[in-house]
Amino acid sequence: MERIFSRTSALYDVPMHYCPGCGHGIVHRLVAEVVDELGIREKTIGIAPVGCAVVAYDYWNFDCSEAAHGRALAVATAIKRVRPENIVFTYQGDGDLAAIGTNETIHAANRGENLTVVFINNAVYGMTGGQMAPTTLLGQKTTTSLDGRQQGKHGYPLKISEMLALLPGVCYVERVSLHTPQEILKTKRAIKQAFVNQTNNLGFSLVEVLSPCPTYWGLSPREALDWVRDVMQKEFVLGKIK
Amino acid sequence: MIKNQKSEKLKNKILISGNEAIAAGAIQAGCNFYAGYPITPQNELIAYMAKHLPSSGGVFIQAESELAAISMVYGASAAGARAMTSSSSPGVSLKQEGISYIAGAQLPAVIVNIMRGGPGLGNIAPSQSDYFQATRGGGHGDYRLIVLAPASVQEAYDLTQTSFDLADKYRVPAMILGDGILGQMMEPVRLSAKKIKPLAPKPWALSGCQGRKPNIVKSFFLREGALEEFNLKLQKSYALIREKEARFESLFLGDARVVLVAYGTMARIAKSVLSQLRSAGKKVGLLRPISLWPFPENAFRAANKKTKYLVLEMSYGQMLEDVKLAVNGAAQVEFCGRSGGGIPDEEEITRIIRKML
Repeated sequence: MERIFSRTSALYDVPMHYCPGCGHGIVHRLVAEVVDELGIREKTIGIAPVGCAVVAYDYWNFDCSEAAHGRALAVATAIKRVRPENIVFTYQGDGDLAAIGTNETIHAANRGENLTVVFINNAVYGMTGGQMAPTTLLGQKTTTSLDGRQQGKHGYPLKISEMLALLPGVCYVERVSLHTPQEILKTKRAIKQAFVNQTNNLGFSLVEVLSPCPTYWGLSPREALDWVRDVMQKEFVLGKIK
Repeated sequence: MIKNQKSEKLKNKILISGNEAIAAGAIQAGCNFYAGYPITPQNELIAYMAKHLPSSGGVFIQAESELAAISMVYGASAAGARAMTSSSSPGVSLKQEGISYIAGAQLPAVIVNIMRGGPGLGNIAPSQSDYFQATRGGGHGDYRLIVLAPASVQEAYDLTQTSFDLADKYRVPAMILGDGILGQMMEPVRLSAKKIKPLAPKPWALSGCQGRKPNIVKSFFLREGALEEFNLKLQKSYALIREKEARFESLFLGDARVVLVAYGTMARIAKSVLSQLRSAGKKVGLLRPISLWPFPENAFRAANKKTKYLVLEMSYGQMLEDVKLAVNGAAQVEFCGRSGGGIPDEEEITRIIRKML
């Protein structure tokens, strides 16, 4: 029998630590598939964030570095400048990329660093137990916004992708989602584009992935996917931003 | 850079500031990555790097913050570069996060602190009040930096090269600890003519996993017992550094009844006092720690009731604690220090010594 589907070599065959219904496992796999399809596994260097995906290097079969919380794009900048022949990407959550690391994010983008960014937006701090994130929706309850996020107290969900798209150094920004198999395929296409852009020296590419966090949304895995479809994507509109 | 002087004494020397000498020493040592953020009084260093590092084949980045600069150094070092950053006290406080990660990931790197007055924004006057921060690690966790304290522009040039070699050898971050006077002061410097030896390979560095298993650069050890195991490994390396890398200069220790203990700029003032008192027949000596960590404890082994130590600092007594630990009650230890822009002057020091003699 002809084998038409198998585990991709850039992803180790080990159990992942993520909660049931979490999006990280899917996106880890998509990144690994893209790396293998582009034949760049042996020259790829990934930067893992601080957050739920901190041990992404336990799952990816290529060189990786950790970075301090929020500093992934500073670390990536230096690695890419020292080794322009390598393919360097960061994998960051919303707290990492859009709160504590906003400065590093904006300036790496503004310098037009030739990097790829996979940005996981799950509207909450997962690893620390479900606190309010910069991307938490208005009305969304978290352990630090008990009555739901209120614009008067907490400000609005931060649309950092739209902000980054304004910068001339940024060549590509797309927001995608994981809530159906079709959307997952679109996510893979976007991630591939962001890597291809780097191999073509086009500058800074970012893919924002709306990703379910059933544990801290207080929903079942299925309900969490529906929440992305029915609620989250209304605030964070899908599609190519730049 | 000022061109070579004509006099024989100055032949093959150039007149540069301490800040420029550190930058020139770094490039001579093969530094191929620098990231920094402007702050007085170390701006000549970043400017020198911007001008000279790219033409030497290195990467220069003006970072958006000290946090970014030190994380860039982390990344560059992880990718196998000889990486450096520089700053002054408030900026070095910001860098502590990254320094802790560099220590935790066992990355070699050189950090320069040209100290100014603190706490807070303080002022831009020279100071030695970051001694505790430098010699105790400075950030979170059980780690150390190798800390070298030059007292002349020539030594700033030479020790910068040493710091890169030590950082690579032990895979620990190294710090050059100077002050605003050393950074700004100009002196003739003899540049080394020799080419650096080929650097040892870094098989742990990130380069893409072609032909080998993936390398991981990290400081996260979640499995039970793993972090303790790792910390013990670090401690082993620190013990070796303590044993092998203590450096100091001493003068007239043989018959000295009062030994001045000072580092960096303060040691220059101490030397001046020493030579005046020696010509007056007074039995004064000098002990100048060059490595602040490891602290040259063995230099104090001869301490006995006949010797008295006078510790001089541009702080209110930080190295003083290390001297007391080294002397361990075997001899009298006195202190003279000022901080916040004031520097103990020769008259004041001489008066204290005369009382002690």
